[in-house]
Amino acid sequence: MSLELRGITKQFGSLVANDDINFKVEAGEIHAILGENGAGKSTLMNIVYGLLAPDKGQILVDGQEIKIKSPLDALAAGIGMVHQHFMLIPVFTVAENIVLGHEKTNRAGLLDLATAREEIIRVSKEFNFEVDPDALIEDLPVGIQQRVEIIRALIYNSKILILDEPTAVLTPQETDELLANMKKLRDSGRSIVFITHKLREVKAVADRISIIRRGKVVGTVQPSASQEEMASLMVGRPVDLTVNKADGKPGKTILEMVDLNVLDTTGRALASKINLTVSAGEVVAVAGVQGNGQSELAEAIVGLREHLTGSIKLSGNELIGRSVDECLKAGIAYVPESRELDGLISSFSITENLILDTHGEAPYSKGIFYKPAMAHQVALERIKEFDIRAQSANDPASSLSGGNKQKVVLARELSRPVELVVVCQPTRGLDVGSIEFVHQRLISERDSGRAVLLFSTELDEVFALADRIAIMYRGEIIAIVPATASREEVGLYMAGIRTATAKGGAA
Amino acid sequence: MIKKILDKTLLPLFAFLLALFVGGLVIGFTDNKVLAKISSPIEFLKILGSTVGNAYLALFQGAIYDPNLAEGKSFMAGFYPLSETMVATAPLILCGLSVALAFKSGLFNIGAQGQFIFGAVGASYIGFKYEMPMVMHIMVATLAGLILAALWGGIVGLLKAKTGAHEVIVTIMLNYIAAKFLLFLLSTQYFLRPGRLDPIAPSVKETAKLPSLFGVDYRVNIGIFIALAAAVFIWWLLNRSIIGFRFRAVGANSSAARTAGISVSAAMIATMAISGALAGMGGAIHTLGNQYELTDTVAATFGFDAITVALLGRGTPLGVVLASFLFAGLRVGGQTMQANVGVPVEIVLVIQALVVLFIAAPDLVKRIFKLRNLQEASAMASKGWNG
Amino acid sequence: MKNKTTMSRESKRKLNGIYSMAIASIFSIVVFAYLPKVSGDVTYSFVLDKEWVLIQQWVIDSRVGAYGFSALSVLFTALAYYLFRKGKKHGIAIFGFSIGFFMAFLCWASAGDFVPFTGLLQGGLILAVPLIYGSLAGLVCERSGVINIAIEGQLLGSAFVAGVVGSLLQNAWYGLLVAPFAGALISVLLAVFAIKYRIDQVILGFVINVLVIGLTSFAAQRFLREDSEKWNESPILQPINIPILYKLPIIGPMFFSQTIIIYLLYVIIIVTQIALFKSKWGLRMRSVGELPVAAESVGIDVNKVRFRNVIIAGAIAGFGGAYFTVGSVGAFSREMTAGMGFIALAALIFGRWTPLGALSAALVFGFADQLRSVLSIAGTPIPSAFMMMVPYIATIIAVSGFVGRVRAPAADGIPYQRGGSH
Repeated sequence: MSLELRGITKQFGSLVANDDINFKVEAGEIHAILGENGAGKSTLMNIVYGLLAPDKGQILVDGQEIKIKSPLDALAAGIGMVHQHFMLIPVFTVAENIVLGHEKTNRAGLLDLATAREEIIRVSKEFNFEVDPDALIEDLPVGIQQRVEIIRALIYNSKILILDEPTAVLTPQETDELLANMKKLRDSGRSIVFITHKLREVKAVADRISIIRRGKVVGTVQPSASQEEMASLMVGRPVDLTVNKADGKPGKTILEMVDLNVLDTTGRALASKINLTVSAGEVVAVAGVQGNGQSELAEAIVGLREHLTGSIKLSGNELIGRSVDECLKAGIAYVPESRELDGLISSFSITENLILDTHGEAPYSKGIFYKPAMAHQVALERIKEFDIRAQSANDPASSLSGGNKQKVVLARELSRPVELVVVCQPTRGLDVGSIEFVHQRLISERDSGRAVLLFSTELDEVFALADRIAIMYRGEIIAIVPATASREEVGLYMAGIRTATAKGGAA
Repeated sequence: MIKKILDKTLLPLFAFLLALFVGGLVIGFTDNKVLAKISSPIEFLKILGSTVGNAYLALFQGAIYDPNLAEGKSFMAGFYPLSETMVATAPLILCGLSVALAFKSGLFNIGAQGQFIFGAVGASYIGFKYEMPMVMHIMVATLAGLILAALWGGIVGLLKAKTGAHEVIVTIMLNYIAAKFLLFLLSTQYFLRPGRLDPIAPSVKETAKLPSLFGVDYRVNIGIFIALAAAVFIWWLLNRSIIGFRFRAVGANSSAARTAGISVSAAMIATMAISGALAGMGGAIHTLGNQYELTDTVAATFGFDAITVALLGRGTPLGVVLASFLFAGLRVGGQTMQANVGVPVEIVLVIQALVVLFIAAPDLVKRIFKLRNLQEASAMASKGWNG
Repeated sequence: MKNKTTMSRESKRKLNGIYSMAIASIFSIVVFAYLPKVSGDVTYSFVLDKEWVLIQQWVIDSRVGAYGFSALSVLFTALAYYLFRKGKKHGIAIFGFSIGFFMAFLCWASAGDFVPFTGLLQGGLILAVPLIYGSLAGLVCERSGVINIAIEGQLLGSAFVAGVVGSLLQNAWYGLLVAPFAGALISVLLAVFAIKYRIDQVILGFVINVLVIGLTSFAAQRFLREDSEKWNESPILQPINIPILYKLPIIGPMFFSQTIIIYLLYVIIIVTQIALFKSKWGLRMRSVGELPVAAESVGIDVNKVRFRNVIIAGAIAGFGGAYFTVGSVGAFSREMTAGMGFIALAALIFGRWTPLGALSAALVFGFADQLRSVLSIAGTPIPSAFMMMVPYIATIIAVSGFVGRVRAPAADGIPYQRGGSH
């Protein structure tokens, strides 16, 4: 079946998320929709799937206009979706999740899960997916959860599959499998809409590529087009994704972790046997697929984790057993993974956010007296230095764009007297302009003699910034390689494969 | 500036008017005299209007100024009801502040009722048991109540911080436990009044009673100033101290606060202890300035009223003061209304509930009054049991 | 890997439970049997009504009894541990332990006294009835993702309506018939404001309670007092004996010689338990209570499901409310539910948001209350105020995770807005 969108427009308040979007997916093709974070890709697909109502525009399937008011209409029209955040209920089994919304009941009025089990097994076999219909979703790895979503779409007989950023949570190996499966699905006659911001994957699998920028379709290209061409269409100007930097000049050791284990409350290791050092004037990147213990390791360094064994030393001083406040004051700048959840208090003013971890120090306070006027004055300086685009320092942080929010966090953390900068996923969800700013700033921190520990799941970012790369897999650092290592090598480590050739690079 | 104030007061005002209107309908449509005229519309509306009007007039006279009381005496004698309202306002302000402070720290303190009880228990015991000089007796008695209540409130913070137990559930349960505990205390020899078997403690000594402000004819006492001082203190605490900064940070986003090195546990425990102390002070003032003797119903409905007060006052100290005055007036005036025109005082509960309902649902008020640019209330964002 | 940890967490919780049982057993031996200075005969009477007589009375020395029953609880604790090690379910053992502990307690508490045993159980069940209805109402609501603090109001409002209708028509059955509609009506308020206006549901529940207390007290004052013969003298529902079953010793009078409200309760419990986990209705209810956006993505109208279930919850509470008037005393009195709605909420939480759990918790709370009144007549070593605290303390212990973490439905209390998270 083919899917055509005509003049889709959607506005949220003053923000035009989709502006007169037109494109067509032919039957049996993989059509990629490429765009930056915030370009409006997800909004568009939520419209197609009936989760959002468009302000204007038509949706046509096989040339017939259809009205999609709810996901039910979309499913009835043969449109299935694999969501970026899986739409699976964690406490339900696979079978329960799959029948949900399309329940069949037996004569006693009870759920008929037996039929669903059979269908799951049938489809699993057809596509070589191994899924146990009676497993609880929360017990399954994300890769399998994604397969459950695909199986669901197939069982509902979807002829048009929308995959929304499907590779974000996968290992390079899982990604390869997914891409192969996508081709298999296409060859079985289905159409696939592949939403992503990753150029490499688009080139590997797409038949045609539509590029969206600021809610508009700015061009449709063939996969043979160069990455540079696609990137400049995406961003609207020529981009150079490499970061200009000189070689690092590592000084004395700042951070030293020895046999560090991070445990959860039940005593299970979330990160184990961590041995890593970071020196002044170098960027060490910790690469790995999301969920391999990186977040926990970062949290452990700043005192956010309770159950630790081993040692974390900052310039020779032990950090384990210290509170978050003490760790930060010992000389660590911390940029957490989630700006919205951990980095900022969105209802607080920009000023208050800028002094969130220094509010108890002069000049913002004296004894227990808080001095808002002083805070305001300093805030104005920071806003200028970090080029934070805000109407007023008194505006709530929620009024800022993603890039400016991140600048607030950076301004707060980097303005303190620190030796070590711990940054987690610093550019996630940012536009290219902000990414460039963040990258340049981190390099200049390095060059000013600070130690930088970067946690990133984006290999591009890792290679752009790192002097050394540590790869985490299942809670362990399985290799530390120089920045000159190949992408393939790091990719293999990320998948947990310790190859013979790679051994040489490990330090 | 004026527009800003107007914006902030418009919603509560409309909500209050709407609640009075609905309350009036309930009064009117349950009155036999009114219902008797239902066949003739004009007569019906007339008598409906006069019945409701009389009821609310009696309410006002019972709460603020009653010319009948001034008759034959001085003009000022008519303010006796206002004095009574003030007496009821003081503990309500303190309980309202207790709930409002917890709101700001992201905690929903349903437990003012239980904390109030412990405040009353402490104040009462010191009040009737010991001999002390006047000022000192009041201070020690209040302090005793305050400390007990702070501990009682602190339990909530401690449980929440250490085990994640939801404060709403814990405080609901603690309210009942406090009430049963009070019942138990009043049955023990320590509290039972000699010669009595019903749950009532001895009256506090004269030295522990809060001094009146305007002589023996009016009961209004320094309690109201204590309450106002507490309101000023809470304003300062929240807006001009680093403790308040931390409370607000934890309340707005505890995860970010923790990441920034603020101890969420400490903030929660401190918040609940201070909240408990406030409500306990309410209990102490109510005991030393109004009731004088501890009974099993000493807390009346202060704990619930506190929630409505905090919501109507939008969680700010000034708002709490104003809302407390309003609700105390309704309560006090309601008694007069029942006595004079026979409208049961429970209508006040209905009005109170409706005010809060309308405050909490700004969309509804906006729709009814066709207001567009009304500032949202959102004193409390909705969060689940697991939040 | 993750599978194992959740398994171990669950078994850790079970193991903690068994440890608690062991500690309680030792406590039972020491406090109920060893420590008391004097002992006396306890007389248990078993016959209540016209049931077949198995034993009329049983007399036992309190110390001997306490030792014996404590030994029983030790035995069942051991059995629980054995079954746990074997990886089998040990519910039976917990049940046996509870009986042993409870009987040991009873021997101690009523040394030298007469205990109407069957009456105690029957009374406990009766007291638990409104709690069970209330907690099931809470369950249906909260499993759909709407916090129900308004159980108290739902019970009180429907008690009022049932009483008044029963009195006006002089027929208790009409009272029973309208009660669920009254409960549902209060639920409409909850549903509209929680779902449409997205008010904080805890605040909302409280406000609804006050509103209902205010309205019913107001009306009681205006009408019921002045002309109580017309307004407030409802006949009551009579017990119906289930043929043969009601003659069974002990359980006969307890379970099968009751009013229609209690028989209806049996049906509702069984239906809820099965339907929640095995029917389309239950699946959808749980889905909107856990992850509404996922339910929406497969075409379920989240707010419609929630709305409907909140109304159903109100109707269930309605039957519980009817119990207060037409089911027991006939006349309505102000605030006659006296916080039962909150104990019902406690039972729901203590029962981990499952029908059988809530049922067990409500029964325990009901028995505790009945025990209190029986013992307070007999004169007891524990002040009755402390017995009254049992449900509340138990709930605090439950939510504090001392006996394993209780987890509410993930989306409980969070209003859902379509396309809210774009």
